[in-house]
Amino acid sequence: METLLLELDMLPVVSGPRATQSLYTRAVPLVDPEEQFRVLNRLEIEEGPTKTGVFDHDLAASGWPRLQPDSLDVVQINLGKLCNMTCRHCHVDAGPDRTEENMDRATVEACLEVIDRTGARVVDLTGGAPELNPHFEFIIDACVERGIRVLDRCNLTILMTRRYSHLPEWFAERGVEVVCSLPHYRQIGTDAQRGAGTYRKSIAALRRLNEAGYGQRAADRVLTLVTNPVGAFLPGNQASLKHEWQAALARNHDVYFDRLLTLTNMPMSRYLEWLLEAGQTEAYLRRLVQAFNPATITGLMCRNTLSIGWNGYLYDCDFNQQLDMLMDVPRPHVRDFDLDAWLSHDIRTARHCYGCTAGAGSSCGGAINQ
Amino acid sequence: MESYYDRSHLPRFGEIAKGSKELADAFFAYYNKVFEDGALTAREKALIALAVAHTVQCPYCIDAYTTASLEAGSDLEQMTEAVHVATAIRGGASLVHGVQMVDQVKKMSM
Repeated sequence: METLLLELDMLPVVSGPRATQSLYTRAVPLVDPEEQFRVLNRLEIEEGPTKTGVFDHDLAASGWPRLQPDSLDVVQINLGKLCNMTCRHCHVDAGPDRTEENMDRATVEACLEVIDRTGARVVDLTGGAPELNPHFEFIIDACVERGIRVLDRCNLTILMTRRYSHLPEWFAERGVEVVCSLPHYRQIGTDAQRGAGTYRKSIAALRRLNEAGYGQRAADRVLTLVTNPVGAFLPGNQASLKHEWQAALARNHDVYFDRLLTLTNMPMSRYLEWLLEAGQTEAYLRRLVQAFNPATITGLMCRNTLSIGWNGYLYDCDFNQQLDMLMDVPRPHVRDFDLDAWLSHDIRTARHCYGCTAGAGSSCGGAINQ
Repeated sequence: MESYYDRSHLPRFGEIAKGSKELADAFFAYYNKVFEDGALTAREKALIALAVAHTVQCPYCIDAYTTASLEAGSDLEQMTEAVHVATAIRGGASLVHGVQMVDQVKKMSM
Protein backbone atom coordinates (compact mmCIF):
# COMPACT_ATOMS: atom_id res chain seq x y z
CA MET A 1 0.00 0.00 0.00
CA GLU A 2 2.78 2.38 0.98
CA THR A 3 4.69 1.64 -2.23
CA LEU A 4 1.59 2.43 -4.23
CA LEU A 5 1.10 5.74 -2.43
CA LEU A 6 4.72 6.57 -3.04
CA GLU A 7 4.31 5.98 -6.74
CA LEU A 8 1.29 8.26 -6.80
CA ASP A 9 3.25 10.87 -4.86
CA MET A 10 5.98 10.71 -7.46
CA LEU A 11 3.76 11.52 -10.42
CA PRO A 12 4.08 15.33 -10.24
CA VAL A 13 7.87 15.29 -9.77
CA VAL A 14 9.26 12.65 -12.09
CA SER A 15 10.31 15.37 -14.52
CA GLY A 16 13.23 16.95 -12.70
CA PRO A 17 16.55 18.13 -14.16
CA ARG A 18 18.94 15.32 -15.17
CA ALA A 19 22.67 15.58 -15.66
CA THR A 20 23.00 11.79 -15.93
CA GLN A 21 21.23 8.54 -14.95
CA SER A 22 21.80 6.61 -11.74
CA LEU A 23 24.52 3.96 -11.65
CA TYR A 24 21.76 1.71 -10.32
CA THR A 25 19.61 2.06 -13.45
CA ARG A 26 22.61 1.58 -15.72
CA ALA A 27 23.73 -1.42 -13.63
CA VAL A 28 27.42 -0.51 -14.05
CA PRO A 29 30.11 -2.23 -11.90
CA LEU A 30 30.74 1.01 -9.97
CA VAL A 31 27.32 0.67 -8.32
CA ASP A 32 29.03 -1.86 -5.99
CA PRO A 33 30.95 -0.14 -3.14
CA GLU A 34 33.57 -2.92 -3.35
CA GLU A 35 34.35 -1.81 -6.90
CA GLN A 36 34.64 1.80 -5.69
CA PHE A 37 37.12 0.73 -2.98
CA ARG A 38 39.11 -1.23 -5.58
CA VAL A 39 39.34 1.77 -7.90
CA LEU A 40 40.63 4.07 -5.15
CA ASN A 41 42.87 1.58 -3.34
CA ARG A 42 44.83 0.53 -6.40
CA LEU A 43 46.23 4.06 -6.83
CA GLU A 44 49.74 4.57 -5.49
CA ILE A 45 49.78 7.84 -3.57
CA GLU A 46 53.05 8.80 -1.93
CA GLU A 47 51.83 12.01 -0.33
CA GLY A 48 50.56 13.16 3.05
CA PRO A 49 52.25 12.89 6.47
CA THR A 50 53.24 9.21 6.11
CA LYS A 51 53.60 9.17 2.29
CA THR A 52 51.41 6.03 2.26
CA GLY A 53 48.00 7.33 1.23
CA VAL A 54 46.56 5.23 4.08
CA PHE A 55 44.10 7.41 5.97
CA ASP A 56 44.51 5.64 9.33
CA HIS A 57 48.31 5.94 9.12
CA ASP A 58 48.05 9.68 8.51
CA LEU A 59 45.59 9.99 11.42
CA ALA A 60 47.97 8.10 13.73
CA ALA A 61 50.92 10.23 12.59
CA SER A 62 48.85 13.30 13.50
CA GLY A 63 48.26 12.15 17.08
CA TRP A 64 45.02 10.23 16.48
CA PRO A 65 45.82 6.51 16.85
CA ARG A 66 42.06 6.00 17.30
CA LEU A 67 39.27 8.08 15.81
CA GLN A 68 36.30 8.18 18.17
CA PRO A 69 33.21 10.33 18.70
CA ASP A 70 33.23 13.43 20.87
CA SER A 71 29.58 14.15 21.68
CA LEU A 72 26.32 13.48 19.89
CA ASP A 73 25.03 16.82 18.66
CA VAL A 74 23.44 15.98 15.30
CA VAL A 75 21.23 13.12 14.15
CA GLN A 76 21.36 13.00 10.36
CA ILE A 77 18.56 10.96 8.85
CA ASN A 78 18.67 9.89 5.23
CA LEU A 79 14.99 9.54 4.39
CA GLY A 80 15.64 7.75 1.10
CA LYS A 81 17.33 7.68 -2.26
CA LEU A 82 14.34 8.97 -4.21
CA CYS A 83 14.99 12.31 -5.92
CA ASN A 84 13.41 14.35 -8.71
CA MET A 85 16.92 15.19 -9.97
CA THR A 86 19.91 13.14 -11.17
CA CYS A 87 23.04 15.22 -10.52
CA ARG A 88 26.39 14.29 -11.99
CA HIS A 89 28.23 14.22 -8.66
CA CYS A 90 25.61 12.60 -6.37
CA HIS A 91 27.27 10.43 -3.70
CA VAL A 92 23.93 8.78 -2.91
CA ASP A 93 23.31 7.71 -6.53
CA ALA A 94 19.84 9.15 -6.02
CA GLY A 95 17.25 9.67 -8.75
CA PRO A 96 13.60 9.25 -9.76
CA ASP A 97 14.22 5.53 -10.29
CA ARG A 98 15.15 4.89 -6.63
CA THR A 99 11.57 4.26 -5.52
CA GLU A 100 12.28 1.26 -3.28
CA GLU A 101 14.64 2.72 -0.69
CA ASN A 102 12.61 5.09 1.48
CA MET A 103 12.24 5.21 5.27
CA ASP A 104 8.96 3.79 6.60
CA ARG A 105 6.89 5.12 9.50
CA ALA A 106 8.12 2.54 12.04
CA THR A 107 11.74 3.50 11.37
CA VAL A 108 10.87 7.20 11.60
CA GLU A 109 9.32 6.50 15.05
CA ALA A 110 12.48 4.62 16.08
CA CYS A 111 14.57 7.63 15.02
CA LEU A 112 12.44 9.90 17.20
CA GLU A 113 13.01 7.59 20.18
CA VAL A 114 16.77 7.81 19.65
CA ILE A 115 16.55 11.60 19.38
CA ASP A 116 14.69 11.66 22.72
CA ARG A 117 17.21 9.37 24.40
CA THR A 118 20.36 11.10 23.19
CA GLY A 119 19.38 14.73 23.69
CA ALA A 120 20.71 15.63 20.23
CA ARG A 121 20.00 19.29 19.50
CA VAL A 122 19.90 19.15 15.72
CA VAL A 123 18.11 16.85 13.28
CA ASP A 124 19.50 17.00 9.77
CA LEU A 125 17.21 15.56 7.08
CA THR A 126 18.75 14.43 3.83
CA GLY A 127 18.16 12.04 0.93
CA GLY A 128 17.57 11.86 -2.07
CA ALA A 129 15.12 14.68 -1.90
CA PRO A 130 13.91 14.22 1.71
CA GLU A 131 10.69 16.07 0.88
CA LEU A 132 9.58 13.09 -1.27
CA ASN A 133 9.35 10.79 1.74
CA PRO A 134 5.67 10.50 2.79
CA HIS A 135 6.65 10.97 6.46
CA PHE A 136 8.71 14.13 5.86
CA GLU A 137 6.23 16.58 7.37
CA PHE A 138 5.43 14.20 10.24
CA ILE A 139 9.05 13.92 11.36
CA ILE A 140 9.61 17.68 11.14
CA ASP A 141 6.51 18.40 13.23
CA ALA A 142 7.60 15.78 15.77
CA CYS A 143 11.05 17.39 16.07
CA VAL A 144 9.71 20.94 16.25
CA GLU A 145 7.35 19.85 19.09
CA ARG A 146 10.43 18.63 20.94
CA GLY A 147 12.20 21.99 20.48
CA ILE A 148 14.81 20.48 18.20
CA ARG A 149 16.44 22.48 15.41
CA VAL A 150 15.62 20.90 12.03
CA LEU A 151 17.67 21.21 8.84
CA ASP A 152 16.22 20.24 5.48
CA ARG A 153 18.83 19.51 2.80
CA CYS A 154 16.87 20.79 -0.16
CA ASN A 155 17.70 20.57 -3.87
CA LEU A 156 15.64 23.76 -4.52
CA THR A 157 13.98 22.49 -7.72
CA ILE A 158 11.56 20.36 -5.68
CA LEU A 159 10.08 23.60 -4.29
CA MET A 160 9.03 24.54 -7.84
CA THR A 161 6.83 21.46 -8.26
CA ARG A 162 3.15 22.01 -7.59
CA ARG A 163 2.91 19.34 -4.90
CA TYR A 164 5.69 20.88 -2.80
CA SER A 165 5.19 24.57 -3.55
CA HIS A 166 3.67 25.15 -0.08
CA LEU A 167 6.93 24.22 1.65
CA PRO A 168 8.64 27.66 1.90
CA GLU A 169 5.80 29.02 4.09
CA TRP A 170 5.38 25.67 5.83
CA PHE A 171 9.09 25.67 6.74
CA ALA A 172 8.92 29.30 7.85
CA GLU A 173 6.07 28.57 10.26
CA ARG A 174 8.21 25.90 11.91
CA GLY A 175 11.60 27.64 11.85
CA VAL A 176 13.18 24.90 9.71
CA GLU A 177 16.65 25.84 8.40
CA VAL A 178 16.68 25.25 4.65
CA VAL A 179 20.08 24.09 3.43
CA CYS A 180 20.08 24.37 -0.35
CA SER A 181 22.40 22.94 -2.97
CA LEU A 182 23.68 25.52 -5.42
CA PRO A 183 27.15 24.71 -6.77
CA HIS A 184 27.70 28.14 -8.28
CA TYR A 185 26.02 31.55 -8.25
CA ARG A 186 26.10 31.53 -12.04
CA GLN A 187 24.34 29.24 -14.50
CA ILE A 188 27.12 27.49 -16.43
CA GLY A 189 28.54 25.39 -13.58
CA THR A 190 25.21 24.83 -11.85
CA ASP A 191 23.52 23.31 -14.92
CA ALA A 192 26.63 21.28 -15.85
CA GLN A 193 26.55 19.51 -12.50
CA ARG A 194 22.82 19.34 -11.77
CA GLY A 195 21.16 19.27 -15.20
CA ALA A 196 19.87 21.80 -17.74
CA GLY A 197 17.32 24.22 -16.31
CA THR A 198 18.40 23.72 -12.69
CA TYR A 199 19.80 27.21 -12.30
CA ARG A 200 16.64 28.98 -13.44
CA LYS A 201 14.46 26.85 -11.16
CA SER A 202 16.88 27.25 -8.25
CA ILE A 203 16.85 31.04 -8.47
CA ALA A 204 13.05 30.99 -8.64
CA ALA A 205 12.94 28.73 -5.55
CA LEU A 206 15.32 31.03 -3.67
CA ARG A 207 12.97 33.94 -4.46
CA ARG A 208 10.08 31.95 -2.99
CA LEU A 209 12.14 31.32 0.17
CA ASN A 210 13.01 35.03 0.38
CA GLU A 211 9.30 35.85 0.07
CA ALA A 212 8.60 33.47 2.97
CA GLY A 213 11.04 35.44 5.14
CA TYR A 214 14.19 33.41 4.56
CA GLY A 215 17.59 35.00 3.98
CA GLN A 216 16.91 38.16 5.99
CA ARG A 217 19.19 37.28 8.92
CA ALA A 218 16.35 36.02 11.12
CA ALA A 219 17.39 33.19 13.46
CA ASP A 220 14.21 31.21 12.75
CA ARG A 221 14.32 31.63 8.93
CA VAL A 222 17.87 30.61 8.10
CA LEU A 223 18.62 30.12 4.41
CA THR A 224 21.90 28.33 3.85
CA LEU A 225 23.51 27.66 0.48
CA VAL A 226 25.85 24.76 -0.11
CA THR A 227 28.47 24.90 -2.84
CA ASN A 228 30.67 22.08 -4.01
CA PRO A 229 33.19 22.33 -6.86
CA VAL A 230 31.98 21.64 -10.39
CA GLY A 231 35.01 19.52 -11.24
CA ALA A 232 38.20 17.98 -9.88
CA PHE A 233 39.37 20.73 -7.56
CA LEU A 234 38.98 21.83 -3.95
CA PRO A 235 36.44 24.43 -2.81
CA GLY A 236 37.54 28.02 -2.18
CA ASN A 237 37.65 29.93 1.08
CA GLN A 238 34.17 29.80 2.62
CA ALA A 239 34.15 33.29 4.18
CA SER A 240 35.61 34.96 1.10
CA LEU A 241 33.16 33.20 -1.23
CA LYS A 242 30.19 34.12 0.93
CA HIS A 243 30.75 37.84 0.35
CA GLU A 244 31.16 37.37 -3.40
CA TRP A 245 28.06 35.20 -3.61
CA GLN A 246 25.95 37.63 -1.58
CA ALA A 247 27.01 40.54 -3.76
CA ALA A 248 26.53 38.61 -7.02
CA LEU A 249 23.11 37.08 -6.16
CA ALA A 250 21.83 40.43 -4.89
CA ARG A 251 23.09 42.26 -7.99
CA ASN A 252 22.00 39.70 -10.60
CA HIS A 253 18.78 38.35 -9.10
CA ASP A 254 17.80 40.35 -6.00
CA VAL A 255 18.15 37.09 -4.05
CA TYR A 256 19.46 36.87 -0.46
CA PHE A 257 20.79 34.13 1.81
CA ASP A 258 22.28 33.85 5.31
CA ARG A 259 25.07 31.28 5.24
CA LEU A 260 27.30 29.66 2.63
CA LEU A 261 28.86 26.25 3.22
CA THR A 262 31.68 24.88 1.07
CA LEU A 263 31.78 21.11 0.62
CA THR A 264 34.49 18.97 -0.93
CA ASN A 265 33.41 16.26 -3.38
CA MET A 266 34.11 12.77 -2.05
CA PRO A 267 35.72 10.42 -4.56
CA MET A 268 32.84 7.92 -4.62
CA SER A 269 29.65 6.96 -6.45
CA ARG A 270 28.68 9.16 -9.42
CA TYR A 271 31.42 11.72 -8.74
CA LEU A 272 33.97 8.90 -8.86
CA GLU A 273 32.46 7.77 -12.16
CA TRP A 274 32.96 11.29 -13.52
CA LEU A 275 36.57 11.36 -12.24
CA LEU A 276 37.25 8.07 -14.04
CA GLU A 277 35.71 9.33 -17.29
CA ALA A 278 37.66 12.59 -17.08
CA GLY A 279 40.91 10.75 -16.30
CA GLN A 280 41.23 12.77 -13.08
CA THR A 281 40.89 10.09 -10.39
CA GLU A 282 44.56 9.82 -9.44
CA ALA A 283 45.25 13.57 -9.68
CA TYR A 284 42.20 14.32 -7.51
CA LEU A 285 43.02 11.75 -4.80
CA ARG A 286 46.61 12.98 -4.79
CA ARG A 287 45.36 16.55 -4.35
CA LEU A 288 43.20 15.49 -1.38
CA VAL A 289 46.04 13.57 0.29
CA GLN A 290 48.54 16.39 -0.32
CA ALA A 291 46.10 18.80 1.33
CA PHE A 292 45.62 16.54 4.41
CA ASN A 293 45.20 18.98 7.31
CA PRO A 294 45.46 17.49 10.86
CA ALA A 295 43.75 20.61 12.27
CA THR A 296 40.46 19.41 10.74
CA ILE A 297 40.33 16.11 12.66
CA THR A 298 38.84 17.47 15.90
CA GLY A 299 35.88 18.93 13.98
CA LEU A 300 35.13 16.00 11.66
CA MET A 301 31.38 15.42 11.49
CA CYS A 302 31.72 11.71 12.25
CA ARG A 303 32.71 12.83 15.77
CA ASN A 304 29.42 14.59 16.54
CA THR A 305 26.90 13.11 14.09
CA LEU A 306 24.90 9.90 14.03
CA SER A 307 23.99 8.90 10.48
CA ILE A 308 20.82 6.80 10.03
CA GLY A 309 20.00 5.12 6.73
CA TRP A 310 16.54 4.76 5.16
CA ASN A 311 16.26 1.21 6.55
CA GLY A 312 17.36 2.21 10.07
CA TYR A 313 20.96 1.01 9.87
CA LEU A 314 23.60 3.18 11.53
CA TYR A 315 26.74 4.68 10.05
CA ASP A 316 29.49 7.15 10.96
CA CYS A 317 28.48 9.51 8.16
CA ASP A 318 26.30 9.70 5.06
CA PHE A 319 29.30 8.82 2.86
CA ASN A 320 30.01 5.61 4.79
CA GLN A 321 26.30 4.93 4.56
CA GLN A 322 26.38 4.96 0.75
CA LEU A 323 29.50 2.75 0.83
CA ASP A 324 27.71 0.16 3.02
CA MET A 325 30.26 0.74 5.82
CA LEU A 326 28.06 -0.12 8.81
CA MET A 327 28.96 1.44 12.14
CA ASP A 328 31.35 -0.74 14.15
CA VAL A 329 29.03 -1.45 17.10
CA PRO A 330 27.46 -4.81 18.02
CA ARG A 331 23.98 -3.94 16.70
CA PRO A 332 24.20 -1.06 14.25
CA HIS A 333 20.46 -0.38 13.94
CA VAL A 334 18.38 2.53 15.19
CA ARG A 335 16.15 0.19 17.23
CA ASP A 336 19.23 -1.00 19.17
CA PHE A 337 21.04 2.33 19.52
CA ASP A 338 23.20 2.54 22.63
CA LEU A 339 24.80 5.93 23.36
CA ASP A 340 27.64 4.48 25.47
CA ALA A 341 28.55 2.01 22.75
CA TRP A 342 28.49 4.85 20.23
CA LEU A 343 30.76 7.07 22.37
CA SER A 344 33.41 4.36 22.71
CA HIS A 345 33.31 2.87 19.21
CA ASP A 346 35.99 3.32 16.55
CA ILE A 347 34.93 5.33 13.51
CA ARG A 348 35.37 3.45 10.25
CA THR A 349 37.55 5.08 7.63
CA ALA A 350 38.80 4.49 4.09
CA ARG A 351 40.45 6.55 1.38
CA HIS A 352 37.37 8.69 0.65
CA CYS A 353 37.86 10.18 4.15
CA TYR A 354 40.70 12.32 2.74
CA GLY A 355 37.87 14.42 1.26
CA CYS A 356 36.86 15.62 4.75
CA THR A 357 40.42 16.45 5.92
CA ALA A 358 41.64 18.30 2.81
CA GLY A 359 42.54 21.98 3.10
CA ALA A 360 40.08 23.82 5.33
CA GLY A 361 38.21 20.53 5.85
CA SER A 362 34.69 19.59 4.83
CA SER A 363 31.59 18.53 6.71
CA CYS A 364 27.83 18.81 6.41
CA GLY A 365 28.38 22.07 8.29
CA GLY A 366 30.80 23.31 5.62
CA ALA A 367 34.49 24.12 6.11
CA ILE A 368 35.92 22.92 9.44
CA ASN A 369 38.85 25.35 9.87
CA GLN A 370 38.39 28.89 8.70
CA MET B 1 60.81 13.79 -25.81
CA GLU B 2 62.98 16.56 -24.40
CA SER B 3 61.46 19.99 -24.25
CA TYR B 4 62.32 23.41 -22.88
CA TYR B 5 59.06 23.21 -20.92
CA ASP B 6 58.66 20.31 -18.47
CA ARG B 7 55.39 19.74 -16.55
CA SER B 8 57.34 18.41 -13.53
CA HIS B 9 59.07 21.78 -13.07
CA LEU B 10 56.01 23.45 -11.57
CA PRO B 11 55.70 21.24 -8.45
CA ARG B 12 59.52 21.45 -8.15
CA PHE B 13 59.51 25.27 -8.13
CA GLY B 14 60.84 25.22 -4.54
CA GLU B 15 64.11 23.69 -5.74
CA ILE B 16 65.13 27.18 -6.88
CA ALA B 17 66.21 27.61 -3.22
CA LYS B 18 69.27 25.43 -3.86
CA GLY B 19 71.30 28.36 -5.19
CA SER B 20 69.98 30.89 -2.67
CA LYS B 21 67.64 29.94 0.12
CA GLU B 22 67.48 33.52 1.37
CA LEU B 23 66.25 34.95 -1.94
CA ALA B 24 63.84 32.05 -2.48
CA ASP B 25 62.36 32.42 1.01
CA ALA B 26 61.95 36.15 0.50
CA PHE B 27 60.35 35.65 -2.91
CA PHE B 28 57.90 32.94 -1.81
CA ALA B 29 56.92 34.84 1.36
CA TYR B 30 56.18 37.90 -0.78
CA TYR B 31 54.43 35.79 -3.44
CA ASN B 32 52.11 34.12 -0.94
CA LYS B 33 51.32 37.44 0.73
CA VAL B 34 50.37 38.98 -2.62
CA PHE B 35 47.62 36.40 -3.18
CA GLU B 36 45.90 36.70 0.20
CA ASP B 37 42.50 38.35 0.55
CA GLY B 38 43.08 42.10 0.81
CA ALA B 39 41.49 45.13 -0.81
CA LEU B 40 41.03 42.66 -3.68
CA THR B 41 39.70 39.16 -2.99
CA ALA B 42 41.85 36.09 -3.58
CA ARG B 43 39.44 35.25 -6.45
CA GLU B 44 39.99 38.60 -8.15
CA LYS B 45 43.76 38.27 -7.76
CA ALA B 46 43.70 34.79 -9.27
CA LEU B 47 41.80 36.17 -12.30
CA ILE B 48 44.38 38.96 -12.73
CA ALA B 49 47.14 36.34 -12.48
CA LEU B 50 45.34 34.22 -15.10
CA ALA B 51 45.20 37.18 -17.51
CA VAL B 52 48.86 38.06 -16.90
CA ALA B 53 49.81 34.39 -17.34
CA HIS B 54 48.36 34.54 -20.86
CA THR B 55 50.19 37.79 -21.56
CA VAL B 56 53.59 36.41 -20.50
CA GLN B 57 52.53 33.11 -22.13
CA CYS B 58 53.83 31.04 -19.23
CA PRO B 59 52.40 27.50 -19.39
CA TYR B 60 53.22 26.89 -15.73
CA CYS B 61 51.29 30.01 -14.73
CA ILE B 62 48.34 29.18 -17.00
CA ASP B 63 48.17 25.72 -15.44
CA ALA B 64 48.49 27.06 -11.89
CA TYR B 65 46.03 29.97 -12.23
CA THR B 66 43.41 27.99 -14.11
CA THR B 67 43.29 25.69 -11.07
CA ALA B 68 43.55 28.60 -8.63
CA SER B 69 40.72 30.47 -10.37
CA LEU B 70 38.45 27.41 -10.31
CA GLU B 71 39.25 26.75 -6.66
CA ALA B 72 38.59 30.39 -5.82
CA GLY B 73 35.09 30.02 -7.31
CA SER B 74 35.41 31.43 -10.84
CA ASP B 75 33.72 29.71 -13.78
CA LEU B 76 34.73 29.30 -17.43
CA GLU B 77 32.86 32.40 -18.61
CA GLN B 78 34.51 34.63 -16.01
CA MET B 79 37.96 33.18 -16.75
CA THR B 80 37.44 33.60 -20.51
CA GLU B 81 36.58 37.27 -19.97
CA ALA B 82 39.81 37.69 -17.98
CA VAL B 83 41.81 36.23 -20.87
CA HIS B 84 40.01 38.59 -23.26
CA VAL B 85 41.06 41.52 -21.08
CA ALA B 86 44.69 40.44 -21.56
CA THR B 87 44.06 39.97 -25.28
CA ALA B 88 42.43 43.40 -25.63
CA ILE B 89 45.34 45.13 -23.90
CA ARG B 90 47.87 43.23 -26.00
CA GLY B 91 46.02 44.05 -29.23
CA GLY B 92 45.38 47.63 -28.12
CA ALA B 93 49.06 48.06 -27.28
CA SER B 94 49.94 47.23 -30.88
CA LEU B 95 47.18 49.30 -32.35
CA VAL B 96 47.83 52.47 -30.35
CA HIS B 97 51.37 52.50 -31.78
CA GLY B 98 49.66 52.96 -35.11
CA VAL B 99 49.20 56.63 -34.21
CA GLN B 100 52.99 56.97 -34.34
CA MET B 101 52.82 55.49 -37.81
CA VAL B 102 50.02 57.88 -38.82
CA ASP B 103 52.09 60.88 -37.59
CA GLN B 104 55.15 59.73 -39.49
CA VAL B 105 53.14 59.07 -42.66
CA LYS B 106 51.80 62.61 -42.38
CA LYS B 107 55.34 64.01 -42.07
CA MET B 108 56.69 62.06 -44.98
CA SER B 109 53.82 62.32 -47.40
CA MET B 110 52.49 65.10 -49.63
